[in-house]
Amino acid sequence: MVDIATTARRKIIKGIDLKYQPGFSQITWFCIVVLYAPIAVLVLFSFNENRSVTVWTQFSLDWYVKAWENEGIQHAALVSLEVAFVAMVISTILATMAALVTTRTPPYRGMNIAVAVINQPLMVPEVVTAVATLIFFAIIKQATGISGIGYLIAAHTAFCIPFAYMPIRARLEDMDLSLEQAAADLYAPPFKVFRRVTLPLLMPGILAGAMLAFIVSLDDVIITLFVAGPGETTLPLYILGQIRRGVTPEINAVSTVFLGISVILVTFIFLFGKDKK
Amino acid sequence: MSDQPSANIQPSSSVVAEEKRLRNTRLGLLAPGILTIFCIGIMPLSIVLVYSFLEPGDFGGVSWVLSFDAYVQLLFEEDIFDETLSFTTDYLQIFLRSVGLGLFTTIACLLVGFPTAYFIATQPPARRNAWLFLITIPFWTNLLIRTYAMLLILRDQGIINLALIEIGLIDRAIPILYTDFAVCLGLVYAYLPFMVLPIYASLEKLDFRLVEASYDLYATRFKVLKRIIIPLAKPGIAAGCILVLIPSLGAFITPALLGGGKSLMIGNLIELQFGQARNWPFGSAIALVLMVLVMLSLMTYLRYGARKGAPAHG
Repeated sequence: MVDIATTARRKIIKGIDLKYQPGFSQITWFCIVVLYAPIAVLVLFSFNENRSVTVWTQFSLDWYVKAWENEGIQHAALVSLEVAFVAMVISTILATMAALVTTRTPPYRGMNIAVAVINQPLMVPEVVTAVATLIFFAIIKQATGISGIGYLIAAHTAFCIPFAYMPIRARLEDMDLSLEQAAADLYAPPFKVFRRVTLPLLMPGILAGAMLAFIVSLDDVIITLFVAGPGETTLPLYILGQIRRGVTPEINAVSTVFLGISVILVTFIFLFGKDKK
Repeated sequence: MSDQPSANIQPSSSVVAEEKRLRNTRLGLLAPGILTIFCIGIMPLSIVLVYSFLEPGDFGGVSWVLSFDAYVQLLFEEDIFDETLSFTTDYLQIFLRSVGLGLFTTIACLLVGFPTAYFIATQPPARRNAWLFLITIPFWTNLLIRTYAMLLILRDQGIINLALIEIGLIDRAIPILYTDFAVCLGLVYAYLPFMVLPIYASLEKLDFRLVEASYDLYATRFKVLKRIIIPLAKPGIAAGCILVLIPSLGAFITPALLGGGKSLMIGNLIELQFGQARNWPFGSAIALVLMVLVMLSLMTYLRYGARKGAPAHG
């Protein structure tokens, strides 16, 4: 009797997929479609020969050529790259320095506050940061008379720091202290330990952090909108201006290139993050 | 201090020196990053506070006269002729719309995001990474461009309207763009990954022996979901909700492109004050109200949501 009962029960359990919940896979597919369909439409119509962004006529690369030859776009792209590059370099260096002394150490007085300060740009809504920065820079400009692209770069650097900090910190926390201790035991001076052991091991984290900082700076709209002076139009600002004037496939073409760059960078970050060893 | 160094003092003084060195290194490495964020991120916030108590200057900026007008203006309207104040809901409406859209977006993201996160977490490990990658990519692509893509679809001549006309459901385009609905849709689209990722993180560690045990006790699938899985995923759900709610409250691009002039949110109101309206104190006051709303959400989260791994007791 007992035997029959247990085999029957086992059969039932075998028939149940423990992890299954009805409808969840459909919702997941729905989620993916929602996330990608608009982008797919945007990319598709960047190749449209027609001026319309909804009625397909014929494949063509005309809009890419037009965008490439557009001086406004060229200038905006250069400004974007310049700002993003400088902000990336500075913020990654500062974030690496900060990460080295806020991980793998017994907590000391002020450490939590330091980490909170570093993460502050993530806590405050971007519009508020943008307004605050605008006011602050206006005061400095009035007091010193200095203007230029330095302000925009400084603003970007500040909000890129926490993004660069995240992967670097994560990498450090995964790293083994014993290698550095071994190097120190062999009388390597602290800087040599850092340069020959810590830094090479940390490199994937630093690269991922740098790319994140670069993407975040490249993508920024709100802070740039408030802080950028005349002649400092970045690519996202240019696109925003064009959208407000009316949609053309040229915007689609620029956007597609922009998306492509982001996807490539994200793929790199993903691959760097994956080899955790 | 003493002229005769004893065996006791020397090591302790070298420890002190070592500690001092360590402290200096820490300070030296931390200072540049902290200072940058302090000068560009934190100090300006206090200037915003000061500005909100001043009077607007004639051509933007402020004039240094103490005034509470910016805050009065939030709720009252001054009559142009006799300067009497009367209650107005103009701005209140925008605040309520922001909070409402924020909450609605959060709920919609949760309804779609939770099943998605669960589905991904229950896939074989090799496939999980591919799914996560698919979810992460939109997360790091330009929000402006994604919102523009949404605009293309929702327009009167957009794919949705054309398709509906094509199949004969409607004969004229229904206006979707420039409505609260469009803004909400755009916000869900923008912040959905913020919901999926933390819930996934908490579901990934789920112990399915608990699920098996409840099936043994004749629980139905729905009951397992309600009494076992959701309570265990609570920290992830709370984190996802706060990560969607906060950027939704302060959204700027999405309502600017999809809401137009009809569906303004707090972010747009702030920009208006610093742009066309040239009323910096009022803009500062609105920015502070937004900060307070965000702080309130964060505090609610820390009070109720952040409790980690609380066992499921009813």
